[in-house]
Amino acid sequence: MSDQKVNVVWLGSPTFPNAAHTALKDEQLRRNLKHATTTIRDKRLRAVAELEDWETLRLAGSRIKDRVMRHLDEYLLRLEASVTAAGGVVHWAADAAEANRIVIDLVRARGADEVVKIKSMATQEIGLNEALAEEGVTATETDLAELIVQLDDDRPSHILVPAIHRNRTEIRDIFRREMGKNGVPAPDGLTDEPRVLAEAARRHLREKFLRAKVAVSGANFACADTGTVGVVESEGNGRMCLTLPETLITVMGIEKVLPTFADLEVFLQLLPRSSTAERMNPYTSLWTGVTPGDGPREFHLILLDNGRTATLADRQGRSALHCIRCSACLNVCPVYERTGGRSYGSVYPGPIGAVLTPQLVGVGSSKHADSLPFASTLCGACYDACPVRIDIPEMLVHLRQKVVDAHRGDGFPKPEALAMKGARLVFGSPRRLAFAERLGAVGGRIIGIRGGRWLPGPAKKWTDARDVPVPARESFRTWWRRTGRG
Amino acid sequence: MRVALFIACYNDALFPDTGKAVTAVLERLGHTVEFPMAQTCCGQMHYNTGYRREADALVGAFNDAFRGYDAIVTPSGSCGGHVRHHHDTETAPDVYEFSEFLVDVLGVTDVGAYYPHRVTYHPTCHSLRMLRVGDKPLRLLRAVRGIDLVELPEAESCCGFGGTFAVKNSETSVAMLRDKMGNIGATKADTLCASDNSCLMHIGGGLGRIKSGIRTLHLAEILAGTR
Repeated sequence: MSDQKVNVVWLGSPTFPNAAHTALKDEQLRRNLKHATTTIRDKRLRAVAELEDWETLRLAGSRIKDRVMRHLDEYLLRLEASVTAAGGVVHWAADAAEANRIVIDLVRARGADEVVKIKSMATQEIGLNEALAEEGVTATETDLAELIVQLDDDRPSHILVPAIHRNRTEIRDIFRREMGKNGVPAPDGLTDEPRVLAEAARRHLREKFLRAKVAVSGANFACADTGTVGVVESEGNGRMCLTLPETLITVMGIEKVLPTFADLEVFLQLLPRSSTAERMNPYTSLWTGVTPGDGPREFHLILLDNGRTATLADRQGRSALHCIRCSACLNVCPVYERTGGRSYGSVYPGPIGAVLTPQLVGVGSSKHADSLPFASTLCGACYDACPVRIDIPEMLVHLRQKVVDAHRGDGFPKPEALAMKGARLVFGSPRRLAFAERLGAVGGRIIGIRGGRWLPGPAKKWTDARDVPVPARESFRTWWRRTGRG
Repeated sequence: MRVALFIACYNDALFPDTGKAVTAVLERLGHTVEFPMAQTCCGQMHYNTGYRREADALVGAFNDAFRGYDAIVTPSGSCGGHVRHHHDTETAPDVYEFSEFLVDVLGVTDVGAYYPHRVTYHPTCHSLRMLRVGDKPLRLLRAVRGIDLVELPEAESCCGFGGTFAVKNSETSVAMLRDKMGNIGATKADTLCASDNSCLMHIGGGLGRIKSGIRTLHLAEILAGTR
């Protein structure tokens, strides 16, 4: 289906190094990120250390997800049957456009012109709010941080903490400026105290919760055996959306299915400790179809592909689909800490974004997405933090290979490709290497004369801030031979 | 035990003193080290940059160069990690990073070294998270006579090198480096030690540029020092 459109990437985004160039200059952003990520990092370590069987849990999570991916077709059909049996309606969406169309038609058929939303990565991925707006339907984000981002007409920069790039003073200013334009205004004398800001958001949202006929959510999990769908959250806004409106529409990536209800035991331990560093998340909402007289009268579950089966087809890349959206990898990532989430130009930022985005849109499809697997030092902090043990560094390297291989036939190979081929030739024989080292030693003396400080061309990117090491006058192998050792 | 030194190509050309230091320490402990002249490069840089084909082409020569030895010792955590995790090593002996070889294979932590300086240690990412060397380098350093070993704040944070990342994403790399240099400066150490010269080349390049006066030294070179 070549006409499928994947929306994960923000169109027109620059490549990662160019986006980072802008982000790195923002001192306020750097301070906000450093403060936020280091705080969450330490809390997570403490929360995880409390469980003796943490590593066993990670392994269990990894194995369950592995099984889901191997038998995804079966589990999805089982889920469809059990949701239908419980009174829900299941829809299948191949791509973003199809999923948006299904939501729009459902909203329209109910005569609604507004929906309340629970924080959801899947609906961001498909650009649902924008699609609804085009049809004259207002979607209100009810998660506090998503509301901040939405009011400011901004983009989220973190999976779990979408407004991580903002501090409280900035948030106060956004509330003062924007709330009145969208409903109940911020109270006079709004301060930047967290409690006061939360109260303003609560008042702003309350009338929308009470008025809305339709709610839209994502899903953290869906159990194939019972048809139970689950959302975990911290603020209670999700519970309001899931219980008050008459119609509930849930958009869920197909990889979120779990074989059985019992599997929740593993993920409800892994997720809160990894994401918010809590032993248990404050609100866990589980629902199975519809229950007369209790909660929504209609439940629609949209199962979204949008590049996922293509990702599944790559056995070395597919475990990116194991992700439970906890954000631990973002919080420990030294690159994310400096550049922030928006540099990744995708709703999925950080290390998981760097492996997920290029796969969802297809390697080789855009310069921007192809730059993401290279936005890592391969330091491995993400792999250690991942609750489902996704080997992100290894996957980054795998995707780098796919990017490189996609360009092997180019008429004008990049200087890097030529350098790599050259290096391969030099390293192909010890004699050629020894010769290159002697050349290097001569070159080194020239660099030495220039102080080892400023080099032209691509090397300038090194010498802009770092001295270059000067090749030794005598390589190790020459010394070994000269001293009669070998 | 026949021990082969795998120097790693960048050490061979840029940091030969590290290879000499590894040789000196092992000989001081009564072992003979051999340097198979046929060795070139393990292919880590190719592999990690996405040039898998070029990387794979170097594996056969690596295995041929080290065939018949009981162990390979290398003063590079990242190349050691690459060989251990990515090479098809059916015909090659086990590879050990230098501190692993001393502590795990030879069972020593005190190698009789003397280094009368204030030193802080940066655990490089691949030695830490790929090879899991843990505190082995620190145990070796603690046994050095005259050393004033001080803890590096945020030690386990990446320095920002990352191979070709340092050039491809140079600005992010340098932002990470600045934070690392700030932490190093806060220790008032005169020497920064690590188990990998590639990271040290990056950190040292930065420390040199700001004229910090702080010296970067591979673990082997500190352990080779005597009174």
